[in-house]
Amino acid sequence: MELYQELTKDVRFVEGLKSCMNCGVCTAICPAAEFYDYDPRIIAGIIQSKDEKRIEELLKSETIWYCGECMSCKTRCPRGNTVGLIIMALRALSQELGYFAESEKGRQQLVIKRVIGGNIVTKGYCLLPENLVPELHPEQGPVGEWIYENKEEVYERVGANYKGDGEGALRKIPQESIDEISRIFEITGGFNRFDKIEYFSKKKAESMGFPENGDDYTDYINHTFTTNNGKHNRQ
Amino acid sequence: MKREGKIQVWQDYQKEIADDHYFYVRSCIRQNFFPGSEQTFLKILRKELNKDIYENPHHTSCSGIGYHSDIVPFDTIQTIVARQFALMTEAGYKNLAVSCITSFGIYNEIIETWKEFPSELEKVRNFLKKATGREFEIPQNVAHASDIVYKFRQEIAEAGKNRLVNQKTGEPLKIVEHIGCHYSKMFPSKGVGGAEFPHVLVGMIESWGGEVVDYPERRHCCGFGFRQYLVMSNRGYSVSNSRKKFESMEPYKPDAIVSNCPGCPMFLDRWQYVIEEMEGKTYGENGQGIPVLTYEEMAGLVLGYNPWDMGMQMHQTNVEPLLDKMGIKYDPDLKYTRKDGKMIGKPTMVGCRC
Repeated sequence: MELYQELTKDVRFVEGLKSCMNCGVCTAICPAAEFYDYDPRIIAGIIQSKDEKRIEELLKSETIWYCGECMSCKTRCPRGNTVGLIIMALRALSQELGYFAESEKGRQQLVIKRVIGGNIVTKGYCLLPENLVPELHPEQGPVGEWIYENKEEVYERVGANYKGDGEGALRKIPQESIDEISRIFEITGGFNRFDKIEYFSKKKAESMGFPENGDDYTDYINHTFTTNNGKHNRQ
Repeated sequence: MKREGKIQVWQDYQKEIADDHYFYVRSCIRQNFFPGSEQTFLKILRKELNKDIYENPHHTSCSGIGYHSDIVPFDTIQTIVARQFALMTEAGYKNLAVSCITSFGIYNEIIETWKEFPSELEKVRNFLKKATGREFEIPQNVAHASDIVYKFRQEIAEAGKNRLVNQKTGEPLKIVEHIGCHYSKMFPSKGVGGAEFPHVLVGMIESWGGEVVDYPERRHCCGFGFRQYLVMSNRGYSVSNSRKKFESMEPYKPDAIVSNCPGCPMFLDRWQYVIEEMEGKTYGENGQGIPVLTYEEMAGLVLGYNPWDMGMQMHQTNVEPLLDKMGIKYDPDLKYTRKDGKMIGKPTMVGCRC
């Protein structure tokens, strides 16, 4: 497979890379470049070189997972490039080929797929109050814990329709609509991506010696959710 | 530059915002963390402004958090968005009112993609028809909910019972405004004031008596970063970016932060607590945090709404210092009560450890 050619099939890639002169304005404005060992200017340069070996290395690297997709680069590029869009095309291809499982940051796709992806296709939302378990979200603080422990009462007090029928915040989305979302995922390749993330993650989990945990690979999930090797940050 | 010239320049930064008859799409993040803000927005439109805004219970998430954490393919999100448009078309509406900045960016990205790549539009029409049997029209107008509040800011000011003014000193309150990256960084022409001079919150603040704080990192990201917050081991990215903003705004002694995006106020609220826990540092007066508001809450306070009806008890950083400055009366005993007035119980700690 010609990796560069594959990237050009993604309209976001076509929009994202016009002609980079490596001025570095994207790097200057990039929140990720300030925090991580990350330089969007180099990403654009590697892709523009069409060097298949370097593109493959990138697809297997930690680097492509550092971007926060804030798209600040879009505003500033004097030539109308958007490294954030290039990153989205790279991440899509990395998951298609299973390369994402080769990096610590890439392996986190499984937990995102299980939680956010699971929510979308079963409840119709990206995020649910039930996800904000205090142990997993200590940043939510004592108020977040209070909300979590008293969900029904707090949400009712502020006018939400938590798990209720009809309209309103946090309402239960009717099953026929959830079924439509599922069919959209089936037809458009959404479930295909989910399956690839599961397949390659399980292979990786096995190679790293994690137990199946009844085919859920819970230990592996917990590992990817909490592990940070401390080598990602800008020094 | 003469005033006429300035007006001409600013014409480039205006945005058309529909006047009435909106199809409302909710935000996953806002309804989790600030559900009262969505209720407040609908109340303002229906009760104060007498506008028609319709919500179809069958609409779903746009799947934007999944898209920007790269588990949802572009074809999939395009078709989910097309389904939202189909629900709007079927209900007879042409104006979309979007509660979420991430969704707002996505709606604009997809509509612009369809203009640039008509084959994508054709493909998505086929996907949607095959998956659901539905057809759709592209909205005539896409407004973020804040655009609509901005459009009617003078009417809100006239109906208002409170001003963004310190009642003891008579001075305007100093407000930090945070726009949210996906409002106009991707498509500047889709936001009021573009990417260079975002005016959507400035207009509200100034119309309601406040003073906008201009500080070096005013346009910096709050640090959500999608996967950079969703995964626990990445959250250093998120808090570091918020911290950069707090450090930058601190010398200007803001009375409050108001945010456009649903996620940003949660981060700017919660990360103040985390930074205090980690470093013992607070950014507000008297060892307290800086109160963080959604723009709906700010509008609601101006209109005299009860802060606890709007859900301001769901903030970690105390909002009472701001309420006190504005001269707003509130009953502290009702802050943590249920709908029927009975006590739920209190959080173990509110605000910062002070």
